[in-house]
Order: sequence, then structure tokens, then C-alpha cells
Amino acid sequence: MIRIGNGQGFWGDWLEAPVRLVEQGPLDYLILDYLAEVTMSVLQKQKQTDPVRGYASDFPPLMARLAPQLKAKRIKVVANAGGVNPRACAEAVRKLAPELKVAVVTGDDLYDRLDDLLTRGYEMRDMDTAAPLSSIRNRIQSANAYIGAFPLAEALATGADVVIAGRSTDTALALAPMVYQFGWGPQDYNLLAAGTIAGHIVECGAQCTGGNSQCDWKSIPDMANIGYPIIEAKPDGTFVITKHEGTGGRVTVDTVKEQLLYELGDPKRYLTPDCTADFTSIRLAPDGENRVRVYGIQGSERPPTLKLSISFSDGWKSIGTLVYTAPDALAKAEAADRIVRQRLDGLGLHFEEIRTEFFGINACNGPVALLNSDPPEIQLRIGVRDPDRKAVDRFTRELIPLVLNGPPGATGFGEGRPPVREIVAYWSALLPREEITTSVEVFE
Amino acid sequence: MKLHEIAHTRSGDKGDTANIGVIAWREQDYEILERELTADRVKAYFGDLVQGNVERFELPNLGALNFLLHGSLGGGGTVTLRVDAQGKTYGAALLNFELDA
Repeated sequence: MIRIGNGQGFWGDWLEAPVRLVEQGPLDYLILDYLAEVTMSVLQKQKQTDPVRGYASDFPPLMARLAPQLKAKRIKVVANAGGVNPRACAEAVRKLAPELKVAVVTGDDLYDRLDDLLTRGYEMRDMDTAAPLSSIRNRIQSANAYIGAFPLAEALATGADVVIAGRSTDTALALAPMVYQFGWGPQDYNLLAAGTIAGHIVECGAQCTGGNSQCDWKSIPDMANIGYPIIEAKPDGTFVITKHEGTGGRVTVDTVKEQLLYELGDPKRYLTPDCTADFTSIRLAPDGENRVRVYGIQGSERPPTLKLSISFSDGWKSIGTLVYTAPDALAKAEAADRIVRQRLDGLGLHFEEIRTEFFGINACNGPVALLNSDPPEIQLRIGVRDPDRKAVDRFTRELIPLVLNGPPGATGFGEGRPPVREIVAYWSALLPREEITTSVEVFE
Repeated sequence: MKLHEIAHTRSGDKGDTANIGVIAWREQDYEILERELTADRVKAYFGDLVQGNVERFELPNLGALNFLLHGSLGGGGTVTLRVDAQGKTYGAALLNFELDA
């Protein structure tokens, strides 16, 4: 049996979580998931301005902090902290923690290969809109293929203490130690599906141990010290989801079910670079306090294509807010909205989209929101987006004047004019997997 | 009977599509979910919040249904102007659904 703990559900997750996983109980592998779709483009921009950046910058200092314990307890780390610059990430780790042997997986980054691929006839059409990639070619900011567990397992086989990948799938981080340790092969579909589903359960960190949970959330103990999830994996593909003893949170069949359903598409066809997992085959059973046993999982062949994660510049946006209070909080906010729109019209400004939300009324749930005819406080929230940055810039000047020249009692403008942000949109496409060759490089 | 009396939910996003997982607290109530909580009714419930269609998938092994609400996030990801850019609250919003049971 091996214990695999996930200490990071996204870049920005709790900094203490990985440290506690290492310190508060037994562990064999620490996995860290840093990458979201949007993260890649941010990292690509960093790399363009500075060739030694472009990776999850939290990671090297974390490795330095943990290095003595990783060595003493023989804990291996698998992380997709490399972003678009995994070699630079490895060098940064080596600089801060020279005692750690680091292996890097590369080959997922397609940014410099796109023209070649397009020339050779790969249209890389968007999986949602079916538009060809050529339509946004000059606006692309990053392009990566999702890679699976086998290249990461190959990196573990070098004896590295730390494996750094770029755009690996989240689930591959958990599956790779099982593939390496148990010797699973590419045709062991049921086993690969089991490891993939284990990865899905833990990939969002504490979301399976009582975080963001509707399972009687008020009674969930000690959320301030919530334990992050641990997979106790066995060679036969069965596993237990648990957390360290003495930590907060709760692991039950119901908390695990909630995470199983999170960001799920067709449950019978959960596609990864490693296999196709069938979520309708999963069996769950309680296995003592804060322990859930998972078994029965079936899978089938991996798809012949790999999914690409491409980001591109898609205009500008800005969102500004003002707060109004009772009496007539909503009427004041609605009046302010009308005035802003009238003034924008007067300036001849038109946007691809302008959207108003009344936070405190129905911003989140629109027509489903429960009605409250006279709420004590409302936040007016107006957002615009457009390819023309100047128009969006001008919009940012139109909200704050209302404090003096609009409905009475506007407040909550302390941040001043709202910032204008570039929109980095996401494009997903498929590419035959033969086009992607990964390699492993060791830094020691 | 409201949905929250027999089920809990979790929601998230994939691009401009939100998903809502609905899980029966007790195994025997799954059939009520399966019968009453149809894709069409979920679409009608959310009204113009959902611009596209609603798909439903069944996971009887977990006593759960998975709904995909297409075109429900104002473009999704970083494009959207919505405060709930990822549909994080949609699951909780569905809990008020009135079940005929």
C-alpha cells in the first residue's frame, strides 16, 4: 500500500496544507496540482518578459522548506508546478534545495510548434465552437497538450525526489505513483481508471474532506485545521480516501460523492490521456472514521487523441461596483445603473457586452434567487467587455461620479476606478497523440 | 417537498457549461430524483440563466444525477462578467426545486 496526499488543489490553495501533510502523519507521495486553464497564459506572459520565470513560483520555496523532511521520511513529490518553464522551475528548486534530485517532464508545450502543426493540416478546431485555430492564431498566448501519468512514472523511475511536469492532467499526478510503484501497464484499463478516479477525488484538495461541502457543514469539525486528502492505494486498484488523524474536516461516503460529481461531464466516458474511466462503476463503502473505501472501478482504452489547452487574448473587460443602502437600496442601485448606461450611450460607447448585477438580490442566481423586496444593502455591479480597450477604459470613469451626482448614499468605492483587465480566453482542441513526445531530464 | 430534503449538490464549471451533481442522501430516494428531476424541468427552473440545453446523466451507483447546463456562465472562464463566474452557487440554488413526491 502507498499513501498519496494532495496538498494543493490549485495555485493559490492553502500554503500550509502540503507542509501539514508531510508533518502530521505517514505519507509516501506528496502531489501538488498548480495549474488551471487560465494559469498557463499568465505563466507564458511571465516567461516572455523574463526567461527564468513561467512556473508556479510558490513551489521552489515550498520544496526548500520541506527538503529535510522529504529526505528523512523518503517522501517523493509529483507536481505540475513547471507551467510553461519546467526546467527553470527545476533549477530554482535545485538552487534552494540542492540536496533534492529533480526530474523534469517536457514535451507538452506546443507554443513554438503551432505553425508547423497548422501547416501540416491540423486544424485544431475548438471543441465547443468548431472554429479552426487559424482564426485566432495571432492572439495565442500559450498552447499545451495534457499529458498523462506514464511520463511522470518514468520520471519517478529515475529515483528523483521531486518530479516536475508542465501541463499534466490533475489526475495523472495521483496515478503516476501507482503506475510506477505497482508496475501498471498501458492496457491495465481498470487499474488505470481506478487510479484516475482516485486522482479526481483528491485533485481539489479539501473539497473531499469537508471543504465546500453541504454535508451538514455547520457540524464539520475544526475547519481551520482541515486535513487534506490522502489516497491509500493498493496494487489491485482498490483504495481508501482518508486524512491524517487529528486533523479537522470530515471524510464520509457523502463528502467523497460530492467531489466525484464535481466538474464531471459524461460519467461513463471520463477521458484522460491514460484511459477512459467509468464513473458509473464506482462503489463506495465506509471504512471506519474518516475513511472511505473505493472499489469496483472499470475503465477502457485511452482515446487516440490528446486534449490541447490553448489560451488566447480576447479583448478587455472591467467590472465596477458601488454599494447602496436602505431605504430603497435596490431602487437606488437600479437608478444608478440607468444613469451609467445613459451616460455611456451619450458618449457613443457601445460594448460587446454590458452586464449589471445586483449583489444581494440576484447576482448569483438570476431568476432562481429568492425575492427580498427591501434588502438592507445592495452592491451594484456593472461589467463591460469589448475588443476596444479605450471604450472599456472610458467606462471605468463613469461609476464613481455617481457618488456625488447620482442616487443618495452611494458608498463602497474605496478602491477607486475599477481596473481594466485583458481577457485571456481558453480554447480546447484535439491532436493525435503521436504528435506529442515527452522526455525526462534529471537535475542533480 | 424541496430537493434539499432528500439530496445535496455540488456545482462547478467547464468553460461556458456549469455542472450540477445531485446526490440522494438515502439510496432509496434516488428513484424520486430520477423520476422528478428531469433535464427539461431543470432547464425550466433556471429560466434564462441557461441559454443552451440541459443534459442529464445518471449514476445510480452513487444515487446521483449529473446535469450539464450549457451556455449558463456568460461565456465562462475569464470572459464572463458574472460574479459567479464558475457556477459555484448553482447547486445550492437547485436545492429549492419543488419535487412532486
